[in-house]
Amino acid sequence: MPSLLILIPLLCLLLFNLPWRKVGERVAFWAAFVFLTAQMAASAARFFRARYLLTDPLSGILFFRLAGDGLTWILLFTVAMTAMTVLLAGRVFFQDERQKFLFNNLLCVSLIGMNGTALTTDLFSLYVFLEITSVSSFILIAIRKEKEALEGAFKYLILSTVATVLMLAAVGFFLLVAGGTSFAEIRMACIESGHPGFARLAAALFVGGLLIKAGVVPFHWWLPDAYGSAPAPVSILLAGIVTKATGVYGLARLTVSVLGRNPELQAALMLAGTVSIFAGALAAIGQRDFKRMLAYSSISQVGYIVLGIGCGTPLALAGAVFHLFNHAVFKTLLFVDAASVERRLGTTDMSRMGGLASRMPWTGWSSVVALLSTAGIPPLAGFWSKLVILVALWQAGAHAYAALALLGGILTLAYFLSMQRRVFFGKETPETAAVREADLGLVLPEIVLTALTVGIGLAFPFALRHVILPIQQLLW
Amino acid sequence: MTIELILLGLMLLAAVWTVMTVRLLLSVIGLALVSALVSVLMYRLNAPYAAVFELSVCAGLISVIFFVAVSFTKRLTDADVRTLRKERIKKTVWLPLLMAGLGLMLAKTLAPPVLEAPAQGQTDVRTVLWGLRHLDLFGQIIVLLAGAFGVVAFFKDKKK
Repeated sequence: MPSLLILIPLLCLLLFNLPWRKVGERVAFWAAFVFLTAQMAASAARFFRARYLLTDPLSGILFFRLAGDGLTWILLFTVAMTAMTVLLAGRVFFQDERQKFLFNNLLCVSLIGMNGTALTTDLFSLYVFLEITSVSSFILIAIRKEKEALEGAFKYLILSTVATVLMLAAVGFFLLVAGGTSFAEIRMACIESGHPGFARLAAALFVGGLLIKAGVVPFHWWLPDAYGSAPAPVSILLAGIVTKATGVYGLARLTVSVLGRNPELQAALMLAGTVSIFAGALAAIGQRDFKRMLAYSSISQVGYIVLGIGCGTPLALAGAVFHLFNHAVFKTLLFVDAASVERRLGTTDMSRMGGLASRMPWTGWSSVVALLSTAGIPPLAGFWSKLVILVALWQAGAHAYAALALLGGILTLAYFLSMQRRVFFGKETPETAAVREADLGLVLPEIVLTALTVGIGLAFPFALRHVILPIQQLLW
Repeated sequence: MTIELILLGLMLLAAVWTVMTVRLLLSVIGLALVSALVSVLMYRLNAPYAAVFELSVCAGLISVIFFVAVSFTKRLTDADVRTLRKERIKKTVWLPLLMAGLGLMLAKTLAPPVLEAPAQGQTDVRTVLWGLRHLDLFGQIIVLLAGAFGVVAFFKDKKK
């Protein structure tokens, strides 16, 4: 029942904050833990039963319609997985009980926003849920009221407001052209409208807004500041899922449910994706701060997803969605590693690190797996998703883009190897000599996410048949 | 049509003034003026409820909140104002050119705006809010909750 994925967190928020606040402070963590486990189990079960286009039996009572297809359930699983990691990391990083409770509340708001984004079938509602996710993110980034974090949140707020204006204007145009804002109505209007100029303009504006939210070049400059300055658990949330749910998923959903194949838009997306791959990778090479380096790496990896969506063939779309999931897994893992290091050293400056793999073996080796997956080394999950995108590009005749995407993988390997040498291998510094392994709340997600990266890579034929290839059928 | 165009032009001027003026108080007045003109436009475009909301919330309530916030700031000296004004003009001199370019591009690309608004019965705000957009109302509640958490996070300090 998709609506429960929004209603239960909202009910918990209201109950824990209004009548039973004291009880709420004690049980909020465990309530979120149980809910996220249930969400992961429910969305995983949907994959394997291979049922698509499920409708909500509660919609008659609730007067609104939510629905899910293969794309929805992948996002819901990814959201739950990342939010669970963030929940565990938050328990380690926020010591003050009130701040921990506030953090859990805001995580819950963000969860409602992302679940709503995944489940809605209406463009205006999609905008509303994107805004819910963004508003909770602004507050989470600056929750400790530190100067840099406030600056990062402010930049995100400003750029996000520009995205809001573009998307609202687009919804207005679509409403005029289609007479409604549901995906189905807009889809019909795009085919049959007597005003193709308005429909094209609306599509371009909405996509522009989503590209800002996704942090794609040239709309990326809020992203390194926001990721770099936010508290560690919030960085995990932003990098792991928020930009994907608000930006990249929106693009995929728009392609699947509304716009279909649109050559002009596809060309623009492919160009933006490729520029992002290179700009992000080149900027990552020059970074001294661990989290900022990972932020630029995110820009580069999101470029691959946008390139896949832009290619527009069913296989490319499936590859893009697969890479969205894989990127969420290995980027969450890398940010958990960064959080572990920050927790022990109190800094993310890579020049003050070295030789940490011997002191923090779980963190060190999990980061090696994550880097290899990010760079597309077989047989890890990241290799397969990049391969699917490359094959789709080649089949579509976009040979130059395929070659550039391959070249981007080499750059990825270069900056990650440099990071490994500076942080986990290389010489120990006086500061790293007395360091010990991270807390269980961070090591546990590291182990699970590493296992997932390796497991999906090894079980690729199974994932291909049951999860990836069915996504091809969604494109019209 | 002529009156709407005049109102749009005035709105654009007020918006430019809001962004260009260096005194916060004048900027707030400019913003309130933009909202007031938008509400007149909405009224003329057959959306009286939206016009009332725009006037009361955006031109009224939000302006009051901005006035209160501005009252906590320090007033700029005349010398500061002159320096800031010069800097701002230098930084935004390209903006009218960009806007004119975009306007021309849109006018050439798009067909004349002959699209019709939906029938009156469907656009009634009560029908829209309570009959058609339940999920968005629900979203509005969550945004309000997020705002409340924001106030707690930023303005409620722990007692020492």
